[in-house]
Amino acid sequence: MEKLLALIFVYIFVENFVLMRFFGICPFLGVSRKMETAVGMSMAVIFVMTISTLVTWLLYTYLLEPFNLLYLQIVAFILVIASLVQLVETVLRKISPTLYQGLGIYLPLITTNCAVLAVALLAVQEEYSLLESLVFAISAAVGFSLALIIMAGIRERLELANVPKAFQGTAITLITAGILSLAFMGFKGMLSI
Amino acid sequence: MNNMLYAVAVLGGTGIVFGVLLALASKYFAIESDPRVETIREILPGANCGACGYAGCSNYAEAVVEGKAPLNACIPGGSQCAREIAAVMGQSVEEVASLAAVVFCIGDREKAAERFIYHGIEDCAEAEKYCGGAKACPYGCLGLGNCVRACPFEAISMGAHGLPLVDLDKCNGCGLCREACPRKIIQILPKSEAGHLVLCNSHDRGKSVSRACTVGCTACRICVKACPREAIAIENNLAVIDLEKCDDCGECAKACPQGTIHPRRRVAEQSRARVG
Repeated sequence: MEKLLALIFVYIFVENFVLMRFFGICPFLGVSRKMETAVGMSMAVIFVMTISTLVTWLLYTYLLEPFNLLYLQIVAFILVIASLVQLVETVLRKISPTLYQGLGIYLPLITTNCAVLAVALLAVQEEYSLLESLVFAISAAVGFSLALIIMAGIRERLELANVPKAFQGTAITLITAGILSLAFMGFKGMLSI
Repeated sequence: MNNMLYAVAVLGGTGIVFGVLLALASKYFAIESDPRVETIREILPGANCGACGYAGCSNYAEAVVEGKAPLNACIPGGSQCAREIAAVMGQSVEEVASLAAVVFCIGDREKAAERFIYHGIEDCAEAEKYCGGAKACPYGCLGLGNCVRACPFEAISMGAHGLPLVDLDKCNGCGLCREACPRKIIQILPKSEAGHLVLCNSHDRGKSVSRACTVGCTACRICVKACPREAIAIENNLAVIDLEKCDDCGECAKACPQGTIHPRRRVAEQSRARVG
């Protein structure tokens, strides 16, 4: 139990996937322009990360490890995640159009997201149990969402600010991301696993 | 040797399993969509401006096929678009009037007084919150360009003296600028160059108007008397010209002591000259 709580805290704050480990920077900068899209993307990431970690963990433990095929893990994980997301998208469109409207456009975006692959790879590398892997995946995704939503809030305000010409656009966004990352440095060393 | 076979079997097997699952899913979870939706969406301009009242072009196309939306609701697409949609749906349709935005304020920085120098956020709605904006006239254009940013067709640009210019070739009257303007200075009118307009938005009394702006309408009623066709009326301290009655004789523009009334032809020429 203690380890699970530690996992949650560590991967939301201390080892935040975006701001401390620098995974998933592309959607972090690309989808953070508006709060609405940021929230939609966050939900989709939480959803996909949890499912893909579950399936890749099973694949790793019951197929790759017994047959001594660890060198295949990256290829196999990419294959599984991509087809899984596609499958979920197809099923979701039929079963729940409302949920599909909310998550639909973000799902294909996430298919090849490095953060999702990183969660799957780290979960087996750190030799977490199935439960621990799931908690790890959800916390990492929540950490990602936290960073994304904070960034979206800042960028919405930034739209109205008088930014000097040389810093407008991508420049000020990258500077903001850097300062945000510095702020998260404050959690460094608080807790480790 | 065995190792290689295992690798091929595991990866190939996983691939096949997921391939079959995807194929089954796309068969059993397929959604029947009307091919007309796609056709109509391709006819539409694709600007997703929302002038039809739907969230975007795709939503409007779906509503048309379901029979919920009128065929001629797409304002940017105009008559031609409506005709093409009608052909797809096998129905007839009325013509769509082509529309354009008109800025009802000519009080630029030289003509309209400012009460203070505004250094705040470059946004009309934000400036409005700060003591009601810098302009002495509480109805005049603040000139910070919310309409320019709102226009999806890049038809509005900010002129040199702080008033927006509408490029009539690009403007199709979707009305997003009217929504973006916190003072509702922009009106959407039929696209024509006939008729005269009172280019002022101020409902203040004459004395306050003349103190704030040299070209504002003071509701002096001279134009009402000058008009031979009784097309002009004073509504809430502002002269309004009924474009259906106006025959473009120009008596009102000659009579107006403030120079607020302009023929639409001149407005169009000026915007063309300055935009071009």
